[in-house]
Amino acid sequence: MTLATYTFDAIIIGAGGAGMRAALALAESGSQVALVSKVFPTRSHTVSAQGGITCALGNVHPDDWRWHMYDTVKGSDYIGDQDCIEYMCEVGPQVVYELEHMGLPFSRLDNGRIYQRPFGGQSKDFGGEQAARTCAAADRTGHALLHTLYQRNIAEKTNVFSEWYALDLVKATDGQGFAGILAIHIETGETVLMRARAIIFATGGAGRIYQSTTNALINTGDGIGMAIRAGLPIQDIEMWQFHPTGIAGAGVLVTEGCRGEGGYLINKDGERFMERYAPHAKDLASRDVVARAMSLELRAGNGYDINGVKCVKLKLDHLGADLINSRLPGIRELSITFAGVDPIREPIPVVPTCHYMMGGIPTNRLGQVVTVDYKGNDQVLEGLYAVGECACVSVHGANRLGGNSLLDLVVFGRAAGLDVKEKLHELPLKDVGDAEIEAALSRLNRWDNAREGESVSQIRFEMQKTMQEDFGVFRTGEHMQEGLDKLLQLQQRLHHAAFQDHSRVFNTSRIEALELDNLMATALATAHAAIYRTESRGAHSREDFPKRDDANWLTHTVYHGESHRMSKRAVNMKPLHMKPFEPKERVY
Amino acid sequence: MSEAMQSVKFKIYRFNPEVDAKPYMQEYELNIPANQDMMLLEAILRIKAMDDSLAFRRSCREGVCGSDGMNINGRNGLACVTLLSSLKQPIELRPLPGLPVIRDLIVDMTAFFKQYEKIKPYLINNEPLPTKERLQSPAERKKLDGLYECILCACCSTSCPSFWWNPDKFVGPAGLLQAYRFIADSRDTATAERLEALTDPFSVFRCRGVMNCVEVCPKGLNPTRAIGHIRSELLAEGN
Repeated sequence: MTLATYTFDAIIIGAGGAGMRAALALAESGSQVALVSKVFPTRSHTVSAQGGITCALGNVHPDDWRWHMYDTVKGSDYIGDQDCIEYMCEVGPQVVYELEHMGLPFSRLDNGRIYQRPFGGQSKDFGGEQAARTCAAADRTGHALLHTLYQRNIAEKTNVFSEWYALDLVKATDGQGFAGILAIHIETGETVLMRARAIIFATGGAGRIYQSTTNALINTGDGIGMAIRAGLPIQDIEMWQFHPTGIAGAGVLVTEGCRGEGGYLINKDGERFMERYAPHAKDLASRDVVARAMSLELRAGNGYDINGVKCVKLKLDHLGADLINSRLPGIRELSITFAGVDPIREPIPVVPTCHYMMGGIPTNRLGQVVTVDYKGNDQVLEGLYAVGECACVSVHGANRLGGNSLLDLVVFGRAAGLDVKEKLHELPLKDVGDAEIEAALSRLNRWDNAREGESVSQIRFEMQKTMQEDFGVFRTGEHMQEGLDKLLQLQQRLHHAAFQDHSRVFNTSRIEALELDNLMATALATAHAAIYRTESRGAHSREDFPKRDDANWLTHTVYHGESHRMSKRAVNMKPLHMKPFEPKERVY
Repeated sequence: MSEAMQSVKFKIYRFNPEVDAKPYMQEYELNIPANQDMMLLEAILRIKAMDDSLAFRRSCREGVCGSDGMNINGRNGLACVTLLSSLKQPIELRPLPGLPVIRDLIVDMTAFFKQYEKIKPYLINNEPLPTKERLQSPAERKKLDGLYECILCACCSTSCPSFWWNPDKFVGPAGLLQAYRFIADSRDTATAERLEALTDPFSVFRCRGVMNCVEVCPKGLNPTRAIGHIRSELLAEGN
């Protein structure tokens, strides 16, 4: 097999917030870095983040990163790793100042400092009053962050492979780790081998496993699929966040910042029902809590019915036109476009919508990928990293707090980039042989040679429907087992599916077929992990196991794709500087 | 009883360089429930489910990533925020004008991005870094509104006759909007250099005030006004 071969010091797969921050950390090292992205960098899903990036700058009131750490541990329902959460919250202010220095156009307070708004689950003084800790650029923080990082990468002359699709990892000949990746140049259809000493996964989420999602069409779990095919474990993948406020019908996100600015949810009687479910934090309780409360309201028949879609509404009109136009202009635009409603005058119809994958490829605090050996001990894979949504560091545990995803991206993108920079001289460039390349090519060859078969769009549709029906906000063992059976059948059908267009130039159907393999792998991992965890914790709510069970499940779950085997991995309860936060009942 | 249906008619520009000697328009019909409206992108995705050889870019499907700029019934726009009901049939879809077509609705945006990079689209400030954030008053920050929100979809530049004629020399509305975004930023210290780089007869001065850019911008931004500000500053500097 002769493929064109490129050699680099490091390859970063994905040019969203995490990938581009990692690239910047490596830029000054003088090393050869390839930033490989299936879309032009500013089309990455980070661009859709709205409300902000959370860290304890203390611009609005005295603040402390330890309070942020407490909130994040509690928000995670105690399966976030406390050493990593401690690191993220402590280094957070520094990375946000760095973003400001790069030019990110943050909104400002009257004294010229970065504007910070209240967000869900954020408290002062370890569970006290509501904190205003989320740094914002109006309601376009992700856009501002992603463009700023791309602009810095232009300044640093980063080597961007735009519209190149990473196909799979290629194993090293000696069986020790990975020698590189195969990637498809989408414009020409050509497949190349890219070798490197270090590989960083920054491939983002997989929200497209669900029918209704806030996620971009490109969020297809490419890193999860690649990791599973390479024999790597996937952690806590049962933990999917349903954002309380997706626009009913369209799935488009409406930021939690709306509630941070004083908006609230109402049922069809106009009742502010969160007062019943979370008397203290009300509409700014954690996302899992609010999404469950909404689902219960809908189930009780307290929802609105808009063209057959059951929903509640998000009321903003009492905030006034000035505030909405200055702090939430993007929301107003989206609401008018996708709901036909101007929030200055009328409330926005919303439903809980799949939003974020807390699980992913397990890593340590440096972003290094970790596997678990037969004795349950962690093994670090030298030279392989994962950052951003595809990673499970884990700083989000069973439920991510709003504003912590952008922080996660830049903190761990930066950490991984710096670690690669430091270790590059000791990481070997590994050998790769025909057998390893052929193995990585086999899936592509299967698709390229298939002429007759079911369509990709049909199988994708049925998979999304199954996930939506059987793995939503509320779950039961019985329904999940039925869902898993359907997914296993769909996976069999997928082995015989085909696309019709076999041309080379910018063949998006070919890419969609490869993406569906990754979506299916992610959906199957989710199903196995969700059935395995027989308790309710954070975003994982089982009606047949309604209580949190710390005796058995204060632990990560680990999915091993080759056999669909499940195992456990200990949660890190040993922060480096702080005393650990012991699990207690989670009340908002 | 089956639901009442409507048929929506399309004519879509097709060109696959491996197969087609020249481009052609292909007709499609999409059946959807009579009372249903949807975004144009959703309709194109359904057409692709019937004919998987149709190629176009898409990502966020909510008007913030800038992937699906195309020429819709003669006007540039984003498919994901354009309602089918707002369009006269048959709906004619073509690639953004003035850039080389790679395939179907996908254009080669190299020339567009090159102009963007030319204006140095990043903050320049050589002063020592403060330990915390640089201060910026709300009034100073407000000057960036209407500028930083650009999504690089290229709807504006590819609707501009001056850009069609001189895509290598005229920066174009998108690039100039970003040039002004950094000139207007109180934290940027390179205003003089930025202006100096735009003094040639083409970079800014090829703008003829046609205002197609303002007309088509899906984010409601106003590149012509930004270009006016740059011109004023150039004149004030005596260039």
